[in-house]
Amino acid sequence: MTKTAIKFTGVSRHFESVRAVDDVELEIEEGEFFSLLGPSGSGKTTCLRLIAGFDQPTSGTVEIFGVDATDTPPYRRPVNTVFQDYALFPHLNVRENVAYGPMVRGDAKPERRRAADEALALVALGGYGDRRPSELSGGQRQRVALARALVMQPKVLLLDEPLGALDRKLREQMQGELKTLQRRLGIAFVFVTHDQAEALSMSDRVAVFNQGRIQQVGTPEEIYDRPQMPFVADFVGSSNVLPPEMVERLTGRSAPASLRPESIRIGSGRVSGVVVRKSFLGSATRIGVACEGAMLDVLLPKGSEVPATGAKVSLAWEADALHVMSGGDHG
Amino acid sequence: MVDAGAPLPRSAGSVTFSRFSDILWRRPSLLLLMLIMPPMLWLGIVYLGSLFALLAQSFFSIDEFTGLVQREFTLKTYAELFRASNFDILLRTIVMAGTVTVAAAIVAFPIAYFAARYARGRWKAVFYLGVMLPLWSSYLVRVYSWKLILAKEGILNWVFETLRLTWLLEAYLSIPGIGGNSLSVSWTGTFLVFLYVWLPFMILPVQAALERVPPSMLEASGDLGARPGQTLRHVILPLALPGIIAGSIFTFSLTMGDYIIPQIVGTSARMIGQAVYQFQGTAGNIPLAAAFAVVPVVVMGIYLALAKRAGAFDAL
Repeated sequence: MTKTAIKFTGVSRHFESVRAVDDVELEIEEGEFFSLLGPSGSGKTTCLRLIAGFDQPTSGTVEIFGVDATDTPPYRRPVNTVFQDYALFPHLNVRENVAYGPMVRGDAKPERRRAADEALALVALGGYGDRRPSELSGGQRQRVALARALVMQPKVLLLDEPLGALDRKLREQMQGELKTLQRRLGIAFVFVTHDQAEALSMSDRVAVFNQGRIQQVGTPEEIYDRPQMPFVADFVGSSNVLPPEMVERLTGRSAPASLRPESIRIGSGRVSGVVVRKSFLGSATRIGVACEGAMLDVLLPKGSEVPATGAKVSLAWEADALHVMSGGDHG
Repeated sequence: MVDAGAPLPRSAGSVTFSRFSDILWRRPSLLLLMLIMPPMLWLGIVYLGSLFALLAQSFFSIDEFTGLVQREFTLKTYAELFRASNFDILLRTIVMAGTVTVAAAIVAFPIAYFAARYARGRWKAVFYLGVMLPLWSSYLVRVYSWKLILAKEGILNWVFETLRLTWLLEAYLSIPGIGGNSLSVSWTGTFLVFLYVWLPFMILPVQAALERVPPSMLEASGDLGARPGQTLRHVILPLALPGIIAGSIFTFSLTMGDYIIPQIVGTSARMIGQAVYQFQGTAGNIPLAAAFAVVPVVVMGIYLALAKRAGAFDAL
């Protein structure tokens, strides 16, 4: 039986008239990789700051390992953060940066030096202790920030868009390393990102945020295959959201439904339309088909025949590809 | 289609001027040279040149009988600095400059911290106005108004009287060295006026240094378990240090060189600035005046070297 690490109960954070976080219920288990996914301004980073203690909720309670931590200052919380801008101390070298936590805790000098070197070795930066943060590349700074948080041996590690500033190649490499590290340490990672592919590939569970509210919480498969809200369908993997009228004609139920672009093929189906745009993506070609007042994106794998712009096509899909959504449209 | 051989169209205007622009565009270093040449000449000849002329003067001496400057290299004039009456002037000035600097740093830090961290929009404007406004009025007017504030019949005495605390002021003024007949003729008075007049020069650089510290840096410190006091000591102060040093260069050297404030407010004991003024004016002893004037330069050099060695500029 896993224990709950973080629990939000009716948490809201309002900045004057802006509801950055609006009545959020959330439970993060011990040892899981949990992503907060959403566009910028959706409240995911504010949620992270509420866990870290940099911000206090306007109402509601934040529990950390079953203890109400709503009014606990950050320096007393058993969680540590990797900041988006890394926030390394420029006046300290890499080792002193990593040893900062043990230093303010009052550890003896040799002890904290050893702890820092161990943490640096963990992120494959052994031997970099005497450098200044300004002498490191973005990816290396990222690792120092990680080591500095991990040296405190937190039960929960908070990561605020840690890969946002890295180029794509490095980002993919770091994704793999973070995931491996999390498995090895067995601690919970709370990972804030606006990149849905990143969230899906790394997480055990994902919470999708929009306008301060959680739209859906679930495993990556659930989020991707069975979105409950049009927003989730659209944001995670840019699914087509079919209008209720079209869905009613197809299934008899009047509700929006999601249909993945890759699930659609060109063939004799029940919906037809005109190809209005086309873009080559490398491994596939995406075409936009205007049909019955809706615009459907279709992903054609490499090698399949691509119709010309202006051509009339008929679209088909497997019956279970069309997912009728239960939730209303909050997005 | 443009014919391949035809020149590209030129913009309207004088051909010479546009040719000139083209040359500058092709040779950016020429443009740079033209831009920095006048200030470099100014800085090199007028500014540093006169400083070296001054330095050279200090290695001459004055003939005690004729009162003429002897243009021969000697260290005699520097030796004179160590005569008790002259050395007192140096010591007094350096102690005063040091005290003013430390006090300015202590007073300026909270103001600068508030301005950098909390003041937004309108409050920021109020801050800048509050710090800068005194600089818009004449320095002499401000010094004389302090003379009135500190005088025996002044507002400060009146405040102490009203609070029935005259005894406290009297007790303070009876302390030898820093006291006197009234605040306006005491070292404390000189100190207060220096502190007031140079304070903006400390606040602004400290504020600029603190402004550059991202909030996430302070959050990271707290996140790693540092209490606010520890964050202040281990993060904020080290990062503010270059600003404090920059401010202290102003407060320290301005205090060391000033000759008007100690003349208007304070005791009859002289400071370096007054000594320079009197030796080169009344006494006509330019070499000794020059030697006195070299002291602040040397002191600042030593101060900055020590600050650098202590790692004050590591955060830059």
